[in-house]
Amino acid sequence: MDPFLTSRIVSDLLGGVTQGVIYGLVALSLVLVWRSTGILNFAQGAMPMFATYVGMVFFAKFFGYWPCVALSILTGFVLGATTERVLVRPLYGKPEINPIVVMVGFLIVLESVAAAIWSSGPHSLLSPFSQVDFQLGGKPIALSDFTLYEIGTALLVMTLVAALFRFTNLGLQLRASALAPEVSRLLGVRVGRMLTIGWILSTGVGTVTTILVASKSFFQGLTPQVMDGVFVFGFIAAAVGGLESPVGAIVAGVGMGIILQFVTDYVNSNAILLVALVILVVSLMLRPNGIFSPSTARRV
Amino acid sequence: MISVEGLSVSYGAVQALRDVSFSAETGSLTAVVGANGAGKTTLLRSISGLTSPSRGSIILDGRDLRHQLPENIARLGVGHVPEGRGVIGEFTVEENLRLGALAAKVDLKAGLAEQYERFPVLGERRRQHAAKLSGGERQMLAMARALIAQPTTLLLDEPSLGLAPLVTAQLMHTIKELCSSHQITVILVEQNASSALRIADRAIVLHVGKVVASDVASVVAADENLRQYYLGLVE
Repeated sequence: MDPFLTSRIVSDLLGGVTQGVIYGLVALSLVLVWRSTGILNFAQGAMPMFATYVGMVFFAKFFGYWPCVALSILTGFVLGATTERVLVRPLYGKPEINPIVVMVGFLIVLESVAAAIWSSGPHSLLSPFSQVDFQLGGKPIALSDFTLYEIGTALLVMTLVAALFRFTNLGLQLRASALAPEVSRLLGVRVGRMLTIGWILSTGVGTVTTILVASKSFFQGLTPQVMDGVFVFGFIAAAVGGLESPVGAIVAGVGMGIILQFVTDYVNSNAILLVALVILVVSLMLRPNGIFSPSTARRV
Repeated sequence: MISVEGLSVSYGAVQALRDVSFSAETGSLTAVVGANGAGKTTLLRSISGLTSPSRGSIILDGRDLRHQLPENIARLGVGHVPEGRGVIGEFTVEENLRLGALAAKVDLKAGLAEQYERFPVLGERRRQHAAKLSGGERQMLAMARALIAQPTTLLLDEPSLGLAPLVTAQLMHTIKELCSSHQITVILVEQNASSALRIADRAIVLHVGKVVASDVASVVAADENLRQYYLGLVE
């Protein structure tokens, strides 16, 4: 049997990709909101967390895993739409600090409310697939049914988002609303509705990500803070890839997952935050708009 | 028919339009001319709903547009090609046109074919990003994008800005042809007063937000006082 597949490098690579798609999805959800409204949603981890509690904990008393997944995503959609209409819409055109303060406050409120309702202790989510690594020639490789489900789901979400933006009339209107809201309105596009849909999509993607994260035994189930750490790395991936670029978010997320996995294995797991910050600082020094964002010409 | 009555617009303490009134018959071409800061762009923005007037009414075929949202006004058949053209550079030519056709719910295939026939260069460049088009081509795209929605009223803000004289002449010919053959009511804002007055049926001269003259275009064009003091057309 080929020892390469069970080698330390391949194991780290697979583990990095598995973790990286999660960072990529968080980054993608941030990019979806940034592109449509120019707001950095600091509650991007907390909103899906709350939706996941509703779907995967509250409804778990009545339904099985897959209906609960659907209900979580549906709750995420409703929460995204409500947040945009009630909390965010009055902030458009206001100083940039206002939405940041409001969304940080909303993050704290959601985590507190979730803890008050469901306690701050972990809730184990039933995993629909085995998390036991496959064996090859008697040796484990860093792949399991669950990691394949995780990677497959991430690829499916990315493909659906890309197809939506690239091939559909809704995607055309979403992009137009983000790029040229005034012109879009002159062409009859209901820009307000598009902004709401941007938040709905973003929270939906975030909820899928949270379900994957909370289903992994590594993260010890669902807690009100389950997405805090992941959000930090997803945020860095979005900044490195470029807040304007969905492709950049995914590539930077996967790239960072791989790098951090190697750092964990070969250096020290405590060093990953420092390494992530170094990646952020260096990339911002070299490409302030992110690696994949188009350069902006400035008239001087 | 579009009718504007007693329209006033303020930006804070600055009054951009003061009691502006005029009407434009269906299929007519009305030129709005005047110096920089006269309020020409504000007038068009008020009609299309981008700017809220403080007083007055804007009636399109019996319906008051004053409290309508821009997207609803567009769906009522008002096309607005803004100053600077407003084409989306990150979109291809065809995506820009698709966007124009979406809200109007027109037959996209037939609409694209019609616009490519009217502006053949757009057909040749349908897959190219709009940012890569020349100034004249962008103007054609902006016009085509407005026309694909089959508007009944077309607001054009400085369409000749930055264009070569020959391109401007072709553009003015196209605008005139649209009025006469498609019965589109055109309100044309232009700094290039002589070009606009040459093709217009009627003309309005604005000066610091007020209408100082409103008459048949040829009469305005022949008035020496208007030419000298408001239009900067000195022989």
